[in-house]
Amino acid sequence: MSQHRHPPVQVVVCPDGPLLVRGAIEVVGEGGEPIAADRPVVALCRCGKSTRAPWCDGTHKLLRRRRAAPTLQEGPDD
Amino acid sequence: MRLPRPRGPLSSHLVTLLREPVRRDRALDDVAATAVREAETVLADEDVQLGLLIVQELSHDGLDGVDDGWERSPDVVSARAVLEDAVEAELRAEVAPAVQQILAEARRDPATAIFALTDDAEGPSLAGHLQRLATRRELEEFLVHRSILQLREADGHTWLIPRLTGRPKAALVEVQSDEYGGGRLERMHAHMYADTLLAAGLDPEYGRYLDQVPATTLALHTTARMFGQQRRLRGATAGHLAGVEATSSMPNRRVAAAVRRLGLGDRAAAYFDEHVVADAVHEQVVVRDLCGGLVEQEPALLEDVVFGVLSCLLLDARMATAVLDAWETGSSSLLAEQPDRLGAVG
Repeated sequence: MSQHRHPPVQVVVCPDGPLLVRGAIEVVGEGGEPIAADRPVVALCRCGKSTRAPWCDGTHKLLRRRRAAPTLQEGPDD
Repeated sequence: MRLPRPRGPLSSHLVTLLREPVRRDRALDDVAATAVREAETVLADEDVQLGLLIVQELSHDGLDGVDDGWERSPDVVSARAVLEDAVEAELRAEVAPAVQQILAEARRDPATAIFALTDDAEGPSLAGHLQRLATRRELEEFLVHRSILQLREADGHTWLIPRLTGRPKAALVEVQSDEYGGGRLERMHAHMYADTLLAAGLDPEYGRYLDQVPATTLALHTTARMFGQQRRLRGATAGHLAGVEATSSMPNRRVAAAVRRLGLGDRAAAYFDEHVVADAVHEQVVVRDLCGGLVEQEPALLEDVVFGVLSCLLLDARMATAVLDAWETGSSSLLAEQPDRLGAVG
């Protein structure tokens, strides 16, 4: 009777955006440190530029805008 | 909430009328219609916006010394419709060209089109000014402006929940539950905003600063409620929430930096820190599952979803422009406080 004890974790890949994770309990950071997932659904950074890593902070939008602007010749973002 | 100080014939009429026992008042409709007719723009008219907020308050916090029965008074209901229809008509006229411009793209891919609108939102950056240049007094003024909306954060859009089914409903409930702290009062966003006000030495009582908050700011609050309380406007409500959530993470990061730069401390910054991370989640759920899911169920609502997004962006830009214009000339962005209210709170 334990099949409902842990609801399955769901990961949603957002196009041009983060990974939405429902049901995560803990994320292990780059340095091996445990980071509590303190809301039922979290967004994990996928662009590598978040100031709140591992969480998404919307910075991917700036990268997308820069990619879209033909006048800005900067290095590749990825 | 206390009855506010009137700003013209409409709010004056309401403040007098609502103190009386519930009765018919056939003059109210005309007073509201005249206020609308004489306003240069109902989106920024002090008397119209305050009058609208007062009648809406009857369905929300209520007003001190006012009989709750006024909410169902046919004359109040009718006046509210006059005011809200005028606001809606002006909003639709303002954003119509932008709606038509994005509509074909939105039909192909609603989520990408909505993010394109919110990412490219034009208008001055209030958050950018706060982060780099604002004085402590300017930051406090900003906190006072936002107090009208944030102390009742999320409530306007919550009205939409019982009008939805299936995927968009699950999405909105998930986001609103997070707004209300997921069962933990200390995480409720409105509660966190009250904490920010306290940490800044300001009063956390809802409506305490209403008399100082101008129409361009009140319009953010009255429009969210106006959308949320009408089933007909369910598409616009979903779009409006998308506009709010998808323009939140980065500005809130800047405001959090301003709060720390000006020495208000981590406790005051916590509300803004929370929104950087929370709204990066919410924007995905609201744009893709609430708006995308709603349009999938009812494709005819797409135009109203886009209308809602653009209405939010327009009012945000107007408010930011008004505030920054005042600061640029060294003035206060707030209305002058009535002398007899000074010192009412230490």
